[in-house]
Amino acid sequence: MSQGAANVAAYVAAQREQAPALPAFGTPSLDASRAQALESLCQLGLPSQRDEDWKYTSTRAITRAAFTPAVAGAPCPGEFVSQTTIDGLDAWRLVFADGFWQPELSLLDDLPKGVQISGLGQSLGSEPQRIAALLGSALGQTPHGFIAMNSAFIGDGALIEIAPDTRVDKPIELLFISGCSGEGFLSLPRNLVVMGAGSQATVIERHVSLADERLLSNSVSELILADNASLNYQGVQQVAPRGFHVGGMFARLGRSARLQATTVTMSGALVRNDALVNLDDEGGFASLDGLYLAFGRSHVDNHTHITHNAPHCVSREHYKGVLGDRGHAVFHGRIVVQPGAQKTDSVQNNQNLLLSADAEIDTKPQLEIYADDVKCAHGATVGQLDETAVFYLMSRGIDRQAARRMLTQAFAADVLNRIELPALRSYLEAQAVQRLSPEQVRESES
Amino acid sequence: MLKISKLTVTVDGKTILNGLDLEVGPGEVHAIMGPNGSGKSTLANVIAGREGYQVTGGSVSFLGQDLLSLAPEKRAREGVFLAFQYPVEIPGVANVYLLKEAVNATRQHRGEEKLDAMDFLKLVREKLKLLQMKEEFLYRSVNEGFSGGEKKRNEIFQMAMLEPRLAVLDETDSGLDIDALKVVAGGVNALRSPDRSVILVTHYQRLLDYIVPDRVHVLAGGRIVRSGDKRLALELEAQGYGWVESDPSAVSAA
Repeated sequence: MSQGAANVAAYVAAQREQAPALPAFGTPSLDASRAQALESLCQLGLPSQRDEDWKYTSTRAITRAAFTPAVAGAPCPGEFVSQTTIDGLDAWRLVFADGFWQPELSLLDDLPKGVQISGLGQSLGSEPQRIAALLGSALGQTPHGFIAMNSAFIGDGALIEIAPDTRVDKPIELLFISGCSGEGFLSLPRNLVVMGAGSQATVIERHVSLADERLLSNSVSELILADNASLNYQGVQQVAPRGFHVGGMFARLGRSARLQATTVTMSGALVRNDALVNLDDEGGFASLDGLYLAFGRSHVDNHTHITHNAPHCVSREHYKGVLGDRGHAVFHGRIVVQPGAQKTDSVQNNQNLLLSADAEIDTKPQLEIYADDVKCAHGATVGQLDETAVFYLMSRGIDRQAARRMLTQAFAADVLNRIELPALRSYLEAQAVQRLSPEQVRESES
Repeated sequence: MLKISKLTVTVDGKTILNGLDLEVGPGEVHAIMGPNGSGKSTLANVIAGREGYQVTGGSVSFLGQDLLSLAPEKRAREGVFLAFQYPVEIPGVANVYLLKEAVNATRQHRGEEKLDAMDFLKLVREKLKLLQMKEEFLYRSVNEGFSGGEKKRNEIFQMAMLEPRLAVLDETDSGLDIDALKVVAGGVNALRSPDRSVILVTHYQRLLDYIVPDRVHVLAGGRIVRSGDKRLALELEAQGYGWVESDPSAVSAA
């Protein structure tokens, strides 16, 4: 075991204890991949700021005391679920308590032909070989210890399979509730979305906290898009001020497949989102949009990594952040154009609005281009509210605070306006308005 | 309505207005003309309360109040309106949203009820018609991607919505083609009333063919150096501003 292992000993021990009870234990390929992930976890340890990809994000608040991996059976109050529901959203819904599927709180009636939605654990029980073979296929290499930890504990989460040429006409919402087991627990959901050739779907992955406690959710979602498949993937993190969330979205796109992903981070003590996309065949399109709000002492880190493995693919990234108080955010956008990926068209854009002198942003675009006929552009801005615009609004009778709020909301709305689902869009707009309340946009005394 | 006495203003330590006097009565339209750098825009901005201008002397009284002691939004609610020389683009804020907030802020200030959606829309439609603007314009972001003419028209539209007591139009004519100029002037003329005063800040006489002023003032070296009726504008048009700069005696004689 290497030096990193010290901060994972408790998790390794917990995995060894829990492993025989994990779904489909005894399936050779799955046993092997869990064991391999555990080995990776031992070797990698949990990341620290010595790792280049975690340079600006300290995990000390997470590693200072180990979390206990939750087990199935924690009760999830149905009342909380109904309070958390998005108004007007007509969706199939899967609810998870600390990562475990709650069929009785889920809405899966009348699923159309060609649409399979279920708990991953249940499916692993019934079709262990087939599902085990799919798991990990969008992952590629393991970028850091949290991902390895998730893979070592693969047990429950959401499984969505859409048959070829099937259009799912309602969104599918995955609602992850942390804190059902109490303070100090860790949830490790693993999701798998398999889009058949020419299929279309919208998936919402929401992470919320039951209470403001020291909690960790470490979630991994694998998205596999066959040729011509089209997936809208909307990630939302509404983590409690003391809660931690580390999430990974790993996507693999076939020929002419389309992925439109949005990641909206409303709150949380530390939220780290990894988004890794592989454009594996010609004509693929991936767009990653993000909005992050970091107030109080919140830390939000978005780490994107798009690899163009084939010619004629398009990627777009548009991330915006609003930071106030002592909020800290990181945007690291890596784009790799592999040899032979000619005619790549890639644009990356990161804009940040700093509302206080103590807020901090680290933004790092990183382009690695190994092909010679490509179009790649990137840009990052960090700024404050435009005083000319503030005065313009004041000259129309709007007071300074209201003007600042109006401009801040407009800045954030730009990303939310790209969300196609009206109910989700208005819900997130309302949430953002609440977050960007007068206290949040007030000017810090200088 | 407005009484400016011995106003002295500096910007970054440089004196721009230097003992300016100006009085505008109710219902009057005054044109302020003058060469570039004479302080025309400074005057407009100081009236509106923009930051970055240090008033080092003199006073500005508006409807009997000390205007300079009021924050910009209070001035607006009291009835001062500035049509910007360079209207600001505000991506993400729809015109209709800005107007609603602005109109209701002013109504609340006056102790009136906020307009409900129906009454607001009725008012908006009426004013859109005045400026020959389409309704879809309401849902576009404030000035974003507007042509120069659309921006200026939008300023006058906002003015029509807010119904100010004193409107200061800062080079509203610049960058307008003749058709747009007529529309803008038509809007301003429609808003002329015995209890609303207008200050037109302009470099050219052209605007005054369409909005006929009661008084014309020439601003040079930070002061009003000459005042007259609308014929003064024609004179300036014929002679240019050269005399103001080259003939100090003309200045002192004025």
